[in-house]
Amino acid sequence: MSIAIETRAPVEAALPSRAECEEFLIEEAALLNEGRFTKWYDLFLEGATYEVPQAGSPDEADSAEDLFYIADSYSRLGHRVARMTKKGHHSEWPASVCSRLIGNVRIVAKDDDGAHVESRFITHRSKNDVMDVFVGHHRYVLRVVDGNIRIAEKRSILDMNSLRPQGRVSIIV
Amino acid sequence: MATSLELRSKAEQRPWIIDDRQRGIFRVARRAFVEDEILLMERDRLFSRCWLYIGHESELPKPNDFLTRNVGGRELIFNRDRKGVFQAFLNTCPHRGALVARERKGNAIAFRCFYHGWAFNNNGQFAVRDADGAYPDDFNSDGCANLPKVPKLAGYRGFYFVNFDAGAVSLEDYLADSRQILDLIADQGPDGMEIIGQEQRYSIRANWKLLLENSFDGYHAGDTHSTYFEYLSDQIEMQATLPTETRVWDLKNGHASIEGEAPWGRPVARWIPAWGAQAKTEVEAIKQELIGRLGEERAQRIAILGRNTAIFPNLVINDIMAITLRTFYPLEPDRMNVCGWALGVKGETRDMRKRRLDNFLEFLGPGGFATPDDVEALEAAQRGYGALQEAEWNDISRGMLRKGGFHATDEEQMRCFWREWARRMGADQ
Ligand code: FES
Ligand SMILES: [Fe+2]
Repeated sequence: MSIAIETRAPVEAALPSRAECEEFLIEEAALLNEGRFTKWYDLFLEGATYEVPQAGSPDEADSAEDLFYIADSYSRLGHRVARMTKKGHHSEWPASVCSRLIGNVRIVAKDDDGAHVESRFITHRSKNDVMDVFVGHHRYVLRVVDGNIRIAEKRSILDMNSLRPQGRVSIIV
Repeated sequence: MATSLELRSKAEQRPWIIDDRQRGIFRVARRAFVEDEILLMERDRLFSRCWLYIGHESELPKPNDFLTRNVGGRELIFNRDRKGVFQAFLNTCPHRGALVARERKGNAIAFRCFYHGWAFNNNGQFAVRDADGAYPDDFNSDGCANLPKVPKLAGYRGFYFVNFDAGAVSLEDYLADSRQILDLIADQGPDGMEIIGQEQRYSIRANWKLLLENSFDGYHAGDTHSTYFEYLSDQIEMQATLPTETRVWDLKNGHASIEGEAPWGRPVARWIPAWGAQAKTEVEAIKQELIGRLGEERAQRIAILGRNTAIFPNLVINDIMAITLRTFYPLEPDRMNVCGWALGVKGETRDMRKRRLDNFLEFLGPGGFATPDDVEALEAAQRGYGALQEAEWNDISRGMLRKGGFHATDEEQMRCFWREWARRMGADQ
């Protein structure tokens, strides 16, 4: 029993506080807003996943059973990031102008996987004189590795009823 | 307000297409993508007379299941009655018009309109007794209080279609040779096929016919989708190149398909290195099952070749790295709503299903590595049409004079569509 407590304790100690999570997520949004996609990718742990289920999906939607918009492995996310700045990524070239606002940061659970953190977002994307708005919430599993907060899972759930009129998620919401 | 006859005469003054088979020139007037009159005529001559896809049988697995869907500008209920019979109703209350079912799907033996409470059994029969003599005794003797049925509903190999024209030809006659493509899809699983999860619902700020053309445009892939092929090269551990040997099938009645062997993996059944060694065994077993059931030649065609098909006017079935079904309807000349479904083999393993969905998402849909760039291309074309006074025509002549069979990079498949479009829109209807 004492062994279990001992192994548990360091994990707990290594989990970030709510305030630390919030600071981290604000910095994350800043990287995206500034178009520093490679730096953003560095926040992800190897083996991490990045998913965007369909608008209005439940938090626990399963990308092996349901049709998502995005269900990236760590390696495919790498390709997505590389594509972000390519001229052949026509949807984002010339680059759209985006602004990501996040808030309501809270820790929903803590377990051996890490801290389960939720935030709300409003993202504006503007291109070709059209402004689209994406509204929803992010769900993360965050861990502290070598003193830094890192992303083990990120799921962005659009709290919308369809992708109309936005039409695409060629940005990182 | 101009009458529809006046609109017609205005729209018919100049040709919509130029089809010069001697010179090998085919042009489409850009106003076909822009003008309100043309959209009005399309609503009348295409979306009110052609067979339109409503759904797949797997979406209603049990008796009394229903779903609601907009087809051809009408809100519809697609359901099965107590005995399991497939039916389609106009989702509008015969009283004063409110939607009778407002959920996307469910299971119901009856529908009740929330506005004033009119109710109907799931055969559409009016099911309210008004005790106070508010209505005459023979009210509904003419069926005026029943949920209105869609004039025609028919299925082929699990794919259901509606027609708002009671005098339309049968679905089988209408589908003509496109039935062969539906067969190639329906035959992929020993226990049939099923829709996976919910359909993606998005929109594009462009004319609906631009997506029709794009969905089986073999010419644009290399240019528009360079970043996808860079990704794919990494997955297959070699340079991904476009198929060299391709075919174009004129499936009659405006339907057409392009076919060829592409470098991506196919769940049924073409393995790629990125899937790993265990998947190789699994894919081989899937192929052997196909061969046993359908014979070597047909199994090879299904497993190795891919095909992009458009069934006139607006059902796209792309059997490529995954299978997608797609319909799209105009809201305005320059705006459409798109539905994109994923179709998979019934009973495939969780690993295979995940692979299939990964394949779907790597290319298709609003977050794929290809579709958003198609959307950008369509919207860019639509904006370009603002200059149609000065730049009047689209050119889709590519390969028109080719001898010995068209290639997918020719534009013959689009010419098949446009010839039927012009015929149905023309005065001979
Ligand atoms: S509109 Fe349906 S009951 Fe009145
Ligand atoms: Fe494309």
